[in-house]
Amino acid sequence: MPTKPAGTLYRGREGMWSWVGHRITGVVIFFFLLVHVLDTSLVRVSPEAYTAVIGAYKNPLMALGETGLVAAIVFHAFNGLRIIAVDFWKKGAKYQRQMLWAVLGLWLVTMVAFSIRHLSLALGGH
Amino acid sequence: MTATIESPRSGRIAPQYRRSGGSRGNFEMIAWLFMRLSGVVLVVLIFGHLFVNLMVGEGIHAIDFGFVAGKWADPFWQFWDLAMLWLAMLHGTNGVRTIINDYAEKDSTRRWLKTVLYSAAAVIIILGTLVIFTFDPCPVVDGVPLPGGFCPA
Repeated sequence: MPTKPAGTLYRGREGMWSWVGHRITGVVIFFFLLVHVLDTSLVRVSPEAYTAVIGAYKNPLMALGETGLVAAIVFHAFNGLRIIAVDFWKKGAKYQRQMLWAVLGLWLVTMVAFSIRHLSLALGGH
Repeated sequence: MTATIESPRSGRIAPQYRRSGGSRGNFEMIAWLFMRLSGVVLVVLIFGHLFVNLMVGEGIHAIDFGFVAGKWADPFWQFWDLAMLWLAMLHGTNGVRTIINDYAEKDSTRRWLKTVLYSAAAVIIILGTLVIFTFDPCPVVDGVPLPGGFCPA
């Protein structure tokens, strides 16, 4: 097996890195989803069990974790819409690079807004 | 003078080059399509979920047993969460299946990992569905309502 394939337009460029990002964020979200269904299921154990475990999500360190999780979700969501455009829009493949920059721009705007709101609620005096 | 060249794939295709057929049918195409369709719906469901639970009012501080009871008193949110559970689990399971197929090279390793994946997915989907439909805002144990419940006066 050749260890160094010839350079291509795809390898090491926007197409490849968005694919890597989509995979990593996808796996992270999947494992959180498993945990999140389990913690929500505690409502069937007792009101106090649920409220106690959900309390763990309310400490400052977790607030940063939640912000990271939402960052992964928002990237996966916007890049997923880009993948759909690449697959179904006639000019999708031609503009895939520009669409990635649009994804990153929208991601940044969304995350600035989310972080300000969520961190001020989660970290604010309560 | 001009020779007519048949357009590609217009003739008979040797069996080993046929894309459809075989025992798996067009499962992979359906899976590919499902990722895109469920993806669009999940963007709406999850963004809505995050907005309502984290951005409105007191945000995360408002989430406790009463918050869940309030939401699931409404069939709208029961259906929302049920759709989110099923679509997200199937979307995520299929994504991880793709990753296993890509990186696990031995047949036995792939089979093992996928058995674990499908078992975990089945447990989570069934558990989540039961929790949504059997939720009780006023759980009672031995005739005594548990503290923190929402019981009719």
